[in-house]
Amino acid sequence: MNFDFSDDQKQLRDQARKFLTEKCSPKAVRIVLDGKAPYDKKLWKGLAEMGFLGVAIPEDFGGAGAGHLELCVIAEEMGRANAPVPFSSTVYLAAEALLIAGSDAQKKKWLPAIASGEAIGTLALFEGKGNPSPKNVKLTAANGVLNGVKRPVADGAVADFAVVAARTGTSGRDSDISLFLVDLKAGGVEVKSLTNLDPTRGQAEIAFKDCKAEPLGAAGEGWSILTQVLDRAAVLCAFEQVGGSDRALEMGRDYALDRIAFGRQIGSFQAVKHMLADMYVSATLARSNSYYGAWALSTNAAELPEAAAAARISATQAFQHCAKNNIQVHGGMGFTWEFDCHMYYRRANAMALGLGSLTYWEDQLIDRMRKKNAA
Amino acid sequence: MNFDDTPQEAAFRETARKWIAANAPKELEAELSKSSLGRIRLAKHDIVDVGKAWQKKKAEGGWACLHWPKEYGGRGATPIERVIWQQEEGIYGKLTQPFQIGEGMCGPTVMAFGSEDAKRRCLPKLAAGEEIWCQLFSEPSAGSDVAGLRTRAEKKGDQWVVNGQKIWTSGAHYSDYGLLIARTDPNVPKHKGLTMFFLDMKSPGVEVRPIKQANGMQEFNEVYFTDVVIPDSQRLGAVGEGWSVSLTTLMNERMSIGSRLATGVPEMFEFCSNLMMEDGLAIDDPAVRSKLASWAVKSSGLKYTSYRAISALSKGDRPGPENSIGKLVSGMMLQDIASYAMDLQGAAGVLTGADEETVQGQFQQMLLSSPSMRIAGGTDEILRNIIAERVLGLPGDIRVDKDVPYNKIPTKGR
Repeated sequence: MNFDFSDDQKQLRDQARKFLTEKCSPKAVRIVLDGKAPYDKKLWKGLAEMGFLGVAIPEDFGGAGAGHLELCVIAEEMGRANAPVPFSSTVYLAAEALLIAGSDAQKKKWLPAIASGEAIGTLALFEGKGNPSPKNVKLTAANGVLNGVKRPVADGAVADFAVVAARTGTSGRDSDISLFLVDLKAGGVEVKSLTNLDPTRGQAEIAFKDCKAEPLGAAGEGWSILTQVLDRAAVLCAFEQVGGSDRALEMGRDYALDRIAFGRQIGSFQAVKHMLADMYVSATLARSNSYYGAWALSTNAAELPEAAAAARISATQAFQHCAKNNIQVHGGMGFTWEFDCHMYYRRANAMALGLGSLTYWEDQLIDRMRKKNAA
Repeated sequence: MNFDDTPQEAAFRETARKWIAANAPKELEAELSKSSLGRIRLAKHDIVDVGKAWQKKKAEGGWACLHWPKEYGGRGATPIERVIWQQEEGIYGKLTQPFQIGEGMCGPTVMAFGSEDAKRRCLPKLAAGEEIWCQLFSEPSAGSDVAGLRTRAEKKGDQWVVNGQKIWTSGAHYSDYGLLIARTDPNVPKHKGLTMFFLDMKSPGVEVRPIKQANGMQEFNEVYFTDVVIPDSQRLGAVGEGWSVSLTTLMNERMSIGSRLATGVPEMFEFCSNLMMEDGLAIDDPAVRSKLASWAVKSSGLKYTSYRAISALSKGDRPGPENSIGKLVSGMMLQDIASYAMDLQGAAGVLTGADEETVQGQFQQMLLSSPSMRIAGGTDEILRNIIAERVLGLPGDIRVDKDVPYNKIPTKGR
């Protein structure tokens, strides 16, 4: 047993941190936050040049062919830097769906374009309120065209293509759902930006009107593919959340050391110390659960569904907890637009919903634990 | 990142498994499997007797204190091998309860500070379970503030004479030896006047009195010292260095990470899977699922945190104060789980007997016992201070007794 990243992987993490510290300062994040750009294009290009976009994409498809552990350490740094780029939509969702279910031609078309930064992808799953469920997929696919509306679609306004979940049957079973690949620049779609909790990552509505689409994976296999994609994305997002938790904890700690009140550093008061200690505890539990998820993801272990749900829950809770209490440690200054605390608060709470809410994943975890116990 | 055994680890596991299959006391298997949450219920046996028998067998087979050097009764095993052993030992590990303080804290302290004579005299017997050790640190007026302890040791020739009182000493009533920290100089600030010793618990002047606890059980003791003589050869570390010696003891306590920390989660999962409520099984209730999931990820988070620590340990890193999170998280969780399980039982939750409807009262016992988990071995508040100060680097509390000679510190009833 060796429950740690390798020296090479740690080196990659350092490299990513150095790169993001330079190219993705809070000042740069604020350009997107303030609505002056839909995402940080320069940073996106830089990530492609560093090989980070295609780190887990095989060399045959234009990637670095490193693997998912490498992607995990990069994800952590993306979360720490609060990077305002469509990384999770493109790399965790669209690329993973293609890797799992794409035909050779589909992979050849999109994966090299992802790795080089030319194509932004996303997953169009949700249709208004509700968590991932076949029942909530109303958009129809028939005769090679899609009709229906997806919202919210993360990074939908900047995406070049989307993986779309569509209804192809009415039996009431999971096999009613199939996945499709849509070139969003080829017409048949109306895209509208939506205001959202975390403006550093856009949300959109995409209306599909007799939109041409090609199947991704076999007909009727959509839900099973989607479940795998969401599990894989859950682990990768958990690393972003772990990075965000650590950064929020550090910000709180640094402020507690710097700020003087009642004639002493506020970090010397137990009320403040204990709040920070509790943040450390949740961040540590999240990191450990995520490491287990990373192992399961990288080895495609049978434990992945349970590990992914545990990582997701633990990391969601930790990031929300750390981001919230970071503001509390900062006091009034934490509630200003000027201080960066709210950027992590926004990101933490938006990420808590992106792949399905906490309640959804808690449900998933219990189902999966029961299945394991029964086996 | 790899959870699989290396070929050497797999071979070690196989050897351990075979040995356990051939030697474990299978007649106790059923009872040990049912014993949960640190409560061992054996109808016909005393835990100390059967524990000693198992420990002796392990020592003969080379499986006792297996991370210790061979010359002191161990096996010279790696940290990973120790974890593999614990996994394989499984429920029989519950039999090691009387020896855990000796193996985890007292032994390593003797190993680090004892004379060669003392090490050869004490450690193999400790490892083989022939002699049980206890730890004599806390006092009635020195719990969280343990450095404020009062028990005096005065030098008379090449001996020390000890007077005072210790409290919360687990297992003192069946211990042969004790690790004792005492004040040897009251004229210097409190941390500087302490010295560490070990002593024979059967020395004249040692009196052990059991404490009846809030949960009705008696596991802890008070230990009184009246003119107890300890030879200077049983001093561990220099005179006045007792505080830093005690930190070694505590650091070793953290090394026993990965060992058996009860969280209550498996018991709760099983309970909810079987409890029929008005609308169906408890585990199908969304509110129950939500709580259960949160506890499950805390429990798995602790498990994998200990795996990370073991990996670091096997690379030669020292375990740090970050491992304090284990007890902090599990103590609170035990208490919360117990109270929620009883909530699900409704009115019958008040019953503590072996009734079917309250699953032999296990959560009721857990509720009554769990406060001690949040106090013993460092209160939740002290653990948070440790994390805040030693891990996060926050400033220590302003201490009014710092740099004040011990005998000038204001106190009640000295």
